[in-house]
Amino acid sequence: MEAVSNKVYHDTVVIRLIQFSVIWALLAMLGGVWLAAELIWPGLDFGQYWLSFGRLRPLHTNGVIFGFGVSALMATAFYSVQRTSHVPLFLPRLAWFCCYAWQLVVLLGGLSLLAGYNTSKEYAELEWPFDIAIAIVWVCFGVVFFGTIAMRRIRPIYISNWFYGALIIVIAMLHIVNSLALPVGLIQSYSLFAGAQDAMVQWWYGHNAVGFLLTGGFLGMLYYFLPKHAGRPIWSYRLSVLAFWAFVYSYIWAGPHHLHYNSVPEWVQSLGMVMSVVLLAPSWATMVNGIMTVSTAWEKLRTDPALKFIVLSLAFYGLATFEGPMMSIRSVNVVSHFTDWTIGHVHSGALGWNAMITYGTFYFMAPRLVGRELYSSRLANLHFWLALAGTMLYIVAMWAAGVSQGLLWLSVDDIGELSFDFKDIMASMVPYYILRLVAGLIFLAGTFLMAYNLYMTVRGRPALRAVPPAVAPAFGVSR
Amino acid sequence: MNGMWLHRKIEENTGLLIFGILFVSAIGGLVQLLPILEQESLETAAGNTRPYSAIELTGRDIYIREGCSVCHSQQIRPLIAEVERYGPYSRAGEFVYDRPFLWGSKRTGPDLHRIGGKYSDDWHRIHLLDPRAVVPGSIMPAYPWLVRREASASGDITAKMAGLRRLGHPYTDAEIAGAEADLEGLLEIDALIAYLQSLGTGFTEEGP
Repeated sequence: MEAVSNKVYHDTVVIRLIQFSVIWALLAMLGGVWLAAELIWPGLDFGQYWLSFGRLRPLHTNGVIFGFGVSALMATAFYSVQRTSHVPLFLPRLAWFCCYAWQLVVLLGGLSLLAGYNTSKEYAELEWPFDIAIAIVWVCFGVVFFGTIAMRRIRPIYISNWFYGALIIVIAMLHIVNSLALPVGLIQSYSLFAGAQDAMVQWWYGHNAVGFLLTGGFLGMLYYFLPKHAGRPIWSYRLSVLAFWAFVYSYIWAGPHHLHYNSVPEWVQSLGMVMSVVLLAPSWATMVNGIMTVSTAWEKLRTDPALKFIVLSLAFYGLATFEGPMMSIRSVNVVSHFTDWTIGHVHSGALGWNAMITYGTFYFMAPRLVGRELYSSRLANLHFWLALAGTMLYIVAMWAAGVSQGLLWLSVDDIGELSFDFKDIMASMVPYYILRLVAGLIFLAGTFLMAYNLYMTVRGRPALRAVPPAVAPAFGVSR
Repeated sequence: MNGMWLHRKIEENTGLLIFGILFVSAIGGLVQLLPILEQESLETAAGNTRPYSAIELTGRDIYIREGCSVCHSQQIRPLIAEVERYGPYSRAGEFVYDRPFLWGSKRTGPDLHRIGGKYSDDWHRIHLLDPRAVVPGSIMPAYPWLVRREASASGDITAKMAGLRRLGHPYTDAEIAGAEADLEGLLEIDALIAYLQSLGTGFTEEGP
């Protein structure tokens, strides 16, 4: 059968998004390393307001999530939706608009954070003009994505597209509700919600931004790139379908576990806790599905550094989605809440899962996009070990710090007097913070290696002109 | 096709897939948020809780601008150790004028919900400019720029208070009209200290 379309995939925009993503990764992680150092040597802000910890930290989190993460999600979504729909992107100019408009939002938004324009709502720190800009770009992203799916030449919508679809739809919903605010100035606003109600709305957003962006979106990556890489179909397509709906349904309920023992009604804390534990089922169903998919292709791990990253990311995904439900149990949370354990948990997800799978997909896509071998497999291998070492050291340091912090804060003697002064507990954190700084440096070094490796691979090469392959008649759409 | 037929339908229909995701993901939020947003006790001021004055509100916005909530929580949990360390545990009714809420998620430094009145203004001034002068070994950053800017320079206080009144904060016309005059001659650090000194003082043992 001949090709159903002679149109060429729009891959140049994918390459550009990968480049932006890598740049944000370097900048945001450098910011993270700087923050880690400031916690050891507070003078490292040199009395400059824009280097101050409180302003730099939202820049770090926003840079990683929205700069590195979302650019990577857009890149992989555009790459995979064309290939799973057998058509080029719908409205390619709009895709280019998404690419550049998003970078502008992240750049200007980041600068506004350093300038002190900050709503203080975690992962939603950007002020109202940026919120509107984000909503516009996001809708355009949705139009390109769903438009491409609507134009597809193959009847079923592949599972990875469901996860990207959930990312687009649910994040839009969360973002719009949580950003509701009354502007009182050009770049200032007050939340429409107050106090306990605001806390509930924020953590409904905050938890599910993690859920649908950092988990759901990246599961879209997993479901496309893992089978591609391993050269094996998904182990159980039915399990992936079940896990998808269970995931979309149950994740939303888990937000209140961020508010255990806080001033919100107890029923909502308990409900959030129960649903967080329930969430373990779809999370691990997906992990098992992924592991089983590679289980007949283990030998590829020896030769393919990109596949190593993806398989390792799956392991960290399993770890983080186990740790999360455990931390949401009230009697565990009483120790972990407010401590560095939370920071460790976030990084086991962000470094171990999000960054690793992204690195794996970048190593996969870059050579294919330009039709040239990866510049250096050895460097990619070295990167793998640096990433693994950095992540492990980071998590272990923060576990130790967080658990001891949590227990020492709660410790009282026989007559109910506090056993330790807050200052002394804080001072005892220094060794862990030094370990964390070292861990961050190791991870950042690996990312630099990747940036160099990808640059040398893509350098001076245009995107290959890739054409949609033929669709088996049984699955074809007649247009 | 034993239950999968519905799925097959959704799997091949873009509109159904979009609607399905929206519907299924909305349920949890609706069940949890609607009762909370309707619960009047969460909107009722506890004890002597009152809207922030012009100076305190300016200080609060500086607190937000500097990202203080990144390292300091404002939420004392009902646990023996927390009540001993920080004071009476936090009540929802104490936060009804907090837009946004500032409970935080990390305590690199101590909780600040009941910091009001614990230290003198002078202590705070020294501490904000040189934390290690009063707390040896502290890892808090210094904020030298807070004494270089006038409090009135950080946003239009009249517009802010008028905006909050629209959202239901009971400011009088006189309070709003006099807001700019209240800030006159104050530096940013003065406003921030006024805010810190107001924290947690709305609490009374008798309750609302």
